[in-house]
Amino acid sequence: MSDTAWIDAALTSARPQAVGALLRYFRNLDTAEEAFQNACLRALKSWPQNGPPRDPAAWLIMVGRNVAIDDIRRGRKQEPLPEDDKISDLDDAEEALAERLDGSHYRDDILRLLFICCHPDLPPTQQIALALRIVSGLTVKQIARAFLVSEAAMEQRITRAKARVAGASVPFETPGAVERSERMIAVAAMVYLIFNEGYSASGDTAEIRKPLCEEAIRLARLLLRLFQSEPEIMGLTALLLLQHARAAARFDAAGAFVLLDDQDRSLWNQKLISEGVALIDKAMRHRRSGPYQIQAAMAALHARAARPEDTDWTQIDLLYGALEIMQPSPVVTLNRAVAVSKLRGPEAALEMIEPLAERLSNYFHFFGVRGAFLMQLGRNDEAREAFGRAIALANTSAEAAHIRMHLDRLMRDSQPPETKISKK
Amino acid sequence: MLYAILCYHDEDCVGSWTKEQDAAVMKKLAVVQDKLTQQGRLGPVARLLPTTAATTLRKENPPVVIDGPFAETKEQLLGFYIVDCKNLDEALAVARDLGEANPGGAYEIRPVGVLNPGSIATGSTAI
Repeated sequence: MSDTAWIDAALTSARPQAVGALLRYFRNLDTAEEAFQNACLRALKSWPQNGPPRDPAAWLIMVGRNVAIDDIRRGRKQEPLPEDDKISDLDDAEEALAERLDGSHYRDDILRLLFICCHPDLPPTQQIALALRIVSGLTVKQIARAFLVSEAAMEQRITRAKARVAGASVPFETPGAVERSERMIAVAAMVYLIFNEGYSASGDTAEIRKPLCEEAIRLARLLLRLFQSEPEIMGLTALLLLQHARAAARFDAAGAFVLLDDQDRSLWNQKLISEGVALIDKAMRHRRSGPYQIQAAMAALHARAARPEDTDWTQIDLLYGALEIMQPSPVVTLNRAVAVSKLRGPEAALEMIEPLAERLSNYFHFFGVRGAFLMQLGRNDEAREAFGRAIALANTSAEAAHIRMHLDRLMRDSQPPETKISKK
Repeated sequence: MLYAILCYHDEDCVGSWTKEQDAAVMKKLAVVQDKLTQQGRLGPVARLLPTTAATTLRKENPPVVIDGPFAETKEQLLGFYIVDCKNLDEALAVARDLGEANPGGAYEIRPVGVLNPGSIATGSTAI
């Protein structure tokens, strides 16, 4: 790897801690970001010559703070920056001081920075955009690309979100235990949103949106380092790793969605699976279950099955049962019905989802799943009708295309037996 | 003498490599490893999962299980090599070769007291 690539990686990984600490000093997001930018410019000049500092984040915090304080003191922001030698020769004493100052705060600094982005007034898309800009440091162009919108539209969205956050009061005092854990939960939900934004992409955009998944995993790992003994954060990280491990197998060459059962399992990323399984293993020891852990455990059961028929549906059904108690929702029951269909057949599964019809009358997946059960039961006319409803409710072209594939199969099945294509 | 070459690096940094960057580093390291293998000097090699996956057992009485790695440091133990070298100079030469293939971080070179090569088949993973 070249020198500049190393510096870029170091700046990216130091960013949350450095911006978080600068935000605590200046209590203003724009000032903190600008200070960090200035520190990065210094780093790009100084590090190739003097070598990387022992602690890049502490270096960036010190330099960023000094430059910004200089600017504020002189009130001459337009002036060129002071000469390099005036600020860049940080000796070890200063570094140690910065470390002492910030080491004790860094967890709350990073958490605050993340938490600011999940302000309840912000719609989810703005939360995600803000987090990617401020915490991850992606450029507006990169974020716009991942969201499939124009750069100008994204710029506006982020500016608006920032304005709203600036107007809200952000607590800067060190949070108490309860508050800290509330922040953690809010931030975890946001990280999950970021991941889903990438994960729910259709085949033609999956590659463009993949960075969202990768960024979410990076943030989940960051959160896990802040809360090393929190089983739900282990569960969240494991869940994202295990889902992302299947990325290469989820779409075929034409960009069509490939069902779990039909995926080429040799394309699954075993390294991510190992890490996910290790994390869920660690989390289980705490015997404090939660929705992320349960979903990760289910993902782990899929990941561990070498072939679809090796899947432990009994365990998956039990886990869904636990999830239904923790987070009762018709969608969870709908998903559980898929496990039930594998265990006890489509009839039992269909019976299970009938009571959901009213509440899920506008839900694409309900009709997709219902149609699949009906098809398995040979009730083709009803299946066709359900699939028709599903297509009408599809959110993406990939979803519609997937259902159309079922319909095509139904068409084939209703043809004379000699042209029938066997299913297995 | 057998030497352990312990690989330390900032895992945030290593973790932010793209798949392509990672593969490129691995390819360069494989060249160094192949050379050592041909000379019959390479022992077990391990790349460890991130420290977030680590658990520590403190051997107190009774033993205490703690989430996370043994030490919170800027750079983490991310893997190790066992190599057969005549002396420290040779071990340092191997470490230099590895370092050229994968810059950044540090190698700790530690003579091995006892090595049990074990019985695990190569390619075994955590699952």
